[in-house]
Amino acid sequence: MYDTAIIGAGHNGLVTATYLAKAGQKVIVVEASDRIGGAAVTREFAPGFKVSGVAHILHALHPRVVADLGLRLDRTPIGTSVLLPEGKSIDITADAAATAASIGKVSPADAEAWPRVTARLNKIATALGSFLSRTPPSPAISANDFQTKLALGMFALQLRMLGKKDMLELTRILTMNVADLANDHFESDAIKGLLSLDATLGVYLGPRSPNTVFNLLYRLSSYGKHGMGGLFLPKGGMGAVAKALEDAARRAGVEIRTSAPVDHILLEKEIATGLVLKGGEEIRASNIASSADPQTTLLKLVQPGNLDTEFMKRIRHLRMNGCVAKVHLALDGLPDAWKSRNGRLVVAPKTDYVERAFDCAKYGRVADKPALEIVIPSLTDASLAPPGKHVASILFQYAPYKLRETPPDEARRQVLERTIDTLDVLAPGLRTRVIGSEALTPQDLERDYGLAGGQWHQGEVTLDQMFFLRPAGQYQQYRMPIPGLWLCGAGAHPGGNVSGAAGMNAAREILKATKARKVAA
Amino acid sequence: MTHVQHLKPFLRKTPFHAPMEALMHGNGWIRWMGYYSPAFFDSVSGEYFATRTGCTLYDVSPLIKYSIRGADAAKFMNFLVTRDITKVKPMQAAYTAWCDDDGKMIEEGTIFRLGENDFILNAALHQLHWLHESAYGFDVTIEEISERLCGLALQGPTSRDLLKVMGVGGIETLPHFGIMETTLDGHWMRIDRAGFTGDLGYELWVKPESAHWLWDTLMRLGDPYKIAPIGSQALDMVRIEAGFILVDADYIGAMHAIRPTQRESPIEAGIGWAVGLKKDAYFVGKRALQQEKAKVTSRHILMGIEVEGRKPANGAFLYADKAAKQEIGLTTSGMWSPILKKSIAFARVPPAYAKPGTEIWTEIWYPKEKKIERLMARCTVTSRMFFDPPRKKA
Ligand SMILES: Cc1cc2nc3c(=O)[nH]c(=O)nc-3n(C[C@H](O)[C@H](O)[C@H](O)COP(=O)(O)OP(=O)(O)OC[C@H]3O[C@@H](n4cnc5c(N)ncnc54)[C@H](O)[C@@H]3O)c2cc1C
Repeated sequence: MYDTAIIGAGHNGLVTATYLAKAGQKVIVVEASDRIGGAAVTREFAPGFKVSGVAHILHALHPRVVADLGLRLDRTPIGTSVLLPEGKSIDITADAAATAASIGKVSPADAEAWPRVTARLNKIATALGSFLSRTPPSPAISANDFQTKLALGMFALQLRMLGKKDMLELTRILTMNVADLANDHFESDAIKGLLSLDATLGVYLGPRSPNTVFNLLYRLSSYGKHGMGGLFLPKGGMGAVAKALEDAARRAGVEIRTSAPVDHILLEKEIATGLVLKGGEEIRASNIASSADPQTTLLKLVQPGNLDTEFMKRIRHLRMNGCVAKVHLALDGLPDAWKSRNGRLVVAPKTDYVERAFDCAKYGRVADKPALEIVIPSLTDASLAPPGKHVASILFQYAPYKLRETPPDEARRQVLERTIDTLDVLAPGLRTRVIGSEALTPQDLERDYGLAGGQWHQGEVTLDQMFFLRPAGQYQQYRMPIPGLWLCGAGAHPGGNVSGAAGMNAAREILKATKARKVAA
Repeated sequence: MTHVQHLKPFLRKTPFHAPMEALMHGNGWIRWMGYYSPAFFDSVSGEYFATRTGCTLYDVSPLIKYSIRGADAAKFMNFLVTRDITKVKPMQAAYTAWCDDDGKMIEEGTIFRLGENDFILNAALHQLHWLHESAYGFDVTIEEISERLCGLALQGPTSRDLLKVMGVGGIETLPHFGIMETTLDGHWMRIDRAGFTGDLGYELWVKPESAHWLWDTLMRLGDPYKIAPIGSQALDMVRIEAGFILVDADYIGAMHAIRPTQRESPIEAGIGWAVGLKKDAYFVGKRALQQEKAKVTSRHILMGIEVEGRKPANGAFLYADKAAKQEIGLTTSGMWSPILKKSIAFARVPPAYAKPGTEIWTEIWYPKEKKIERLMARCTVTSRMFFDPPRKKA
């Protein structure tokens, strides 16, 4: 008998487990796959070549999680380069003067605007970001405890403290599309293209879709003090983050079982009392916390007939249409153009380029000309590739989960081919360097990592699926309708990325409830 | 009452329309679910007394009927409705409610369990969308079969004797809420012993092509049993005497409430007895209803009241005291019951008053000699089953 049994040893599951174990609970984590980390993993995809299997840039890990769990992470800070034709680029780094000089080569006006606009956006995003580590309030006021009400009050105060101008700006841009926002402030296609990609990564939206500014702010909210303060490549790949979390969990006494897929959640007298594994084994616990996505948890692991009709419908209708594919290349060397490109490389030359890529996805096709985010982690981390050789980890936007006519194998082939076609133009000779490769469409990601729909955040991060609406109105406080069942993964507030915030918040709510039960008893 | 003149081009005719039309003396057609339906044929009071003393026919064909079958049908029905379906055996019917997530009543109606995993659900309003949504994850097939069956409610003290002379073998032993199937003169017929009158009575279901045979046979053999066709106005009188609630008259269905607070739970609507909170399975709205019960948050409960005097108390205010200082609720349906010789009504009263024998007061306004008069009448809270003769179940 455990105090809490956790479904999924993704990073959030591990975070919840560790917090609970540190508070004295007896905790078990049960993972379907044979590896730990969920979408935070390092994998060998070709002999001797290792890469972050899904998530590849670390930026969102919450500082409180790092501190509370005593994580020590070896990581390299990176900048962003927008790749332009003929080997040119705009390089954005922590060095403000160099950044201004680099942008200035394309547009002096944008060089001047960049620090100003990003500072303002970061300020707004940071104010919003204070809620990443809080439990969302319930619209039913009486359902909130003092802590939650206080958090809401503080949040309102934070927004107010932005000042009248910035607060007005926040209300203006919150639901807006990023193409318009970019036009408000910049003139160069390259900067607009960069914003277009950053604002759409991981959501099934194009730069002209409403809500994309929100997605941008969501991303920026982790660039400041509510995240890692910038972009990083973890040494050893994202799996190293999972390993650090696993170590912390084991230190705290958490039991972890891999290759143990949960078949369903055991309900007795309509209360969640355990897990039943695929093999039939039962694991009993007072709390069940699931870090699997809400659809998997509530539509599959909870057997039919235990959840109300409208609630089920809400969960069924969550937007889970993944649109990012992952490409891994094993290279026997780098083309000259890329020999020192150790940062994040972005292929998104202008707004329309990204919008057209989205158009393809909208009609159920793989983008003809994809927007790409590339990192070559082997440039700074020799452990990932044999000496002299390299790996590239690439996000391919857009490859829709829901394909109209393209067969899945064809889609996978297109993703790989179009990535290499695109890159070979920007870094001539790249094609001949490829000695191993792998492409994972959202369907593949669903199959290999249990990500429903291949969706980045276990459910899109859009205003109607965020905050007190995540995963559904009335159920934003990690507690699911079935007593004893909790959600602790990215599908709960505040959403995805390797951040641990959902896991941390869920643990806090579980502990509160446990305490309340003890007081009542 | 809905006037149908301007709707004529659109209304459909039930398979019983032609023989009913021949007997329609007044302008008694109204609209029910897109069909012509009789409000009355000739005299409402005549039809009322025929139901209470002989037997009557009411065309129930416009009811919406769903067939629910498949490997999980029993499980699904138990999840959908508030009653404990495990206690309803094959070839039995049951009256039940079904609720939304918040435990507010969408509607109530009758379930017919034809086999282990074969059900028919009868409803007054369309439910297909809700049924499909609720069936997610269950192996069931849900079909609307409204036009494949047509039916007559044969109700009243002589109804059984009439079915006997008609040659329905085994009708004597059909229990209350029992279902049987038979074939007469080559016509398939399903009979259930239920109805909306609170008296001995049956519902007869046939295929549309057998409708005229059924009507003609009953009317031909029924004369000695004082058979008469009735419309909805007489039916409304007998259903109030029997204590049956009606959607949108006594409660507002959750799906068309215009404010969430208009919705009512089955406990509030006075059919708490049909809510199987103890059944060993979850059903839609159960957690909300458990809360309502545990925290006693029902806003009111629909009870019966007997009102002193002869004035019907329809839509009347209810008070705790004669001085009308403390208002406690409203009546929904109310009437002078000719057979009971009493003024009766359904009353929405706070739970504290929902105990038989409690004295409350109602304020009745009524016209008299070109004036409106006010009357404070003493009422006694009762069960809503005002009329409940032993023969109903015997
Ligand atoms: C293509 C792509 C690129 C991304 N890039 C980045 C990035 O660069 N940076 C970033 O920060 N984020 C990125 N993300 C997002 C990030 O990967 C996720 O949001 C995050 O990893 C989610 O973590 P989690 O612990 O909540 O869920 P998951 O990691 O999905 O963990 C859930 C776990 O539950 C397990 N599970 C599911 N069902 C069962 C079952 N029945 N029984 C037992 N176990 C089960 C799964 O196997 C899995 O291990 C990316 C996502 C995608 C799809």
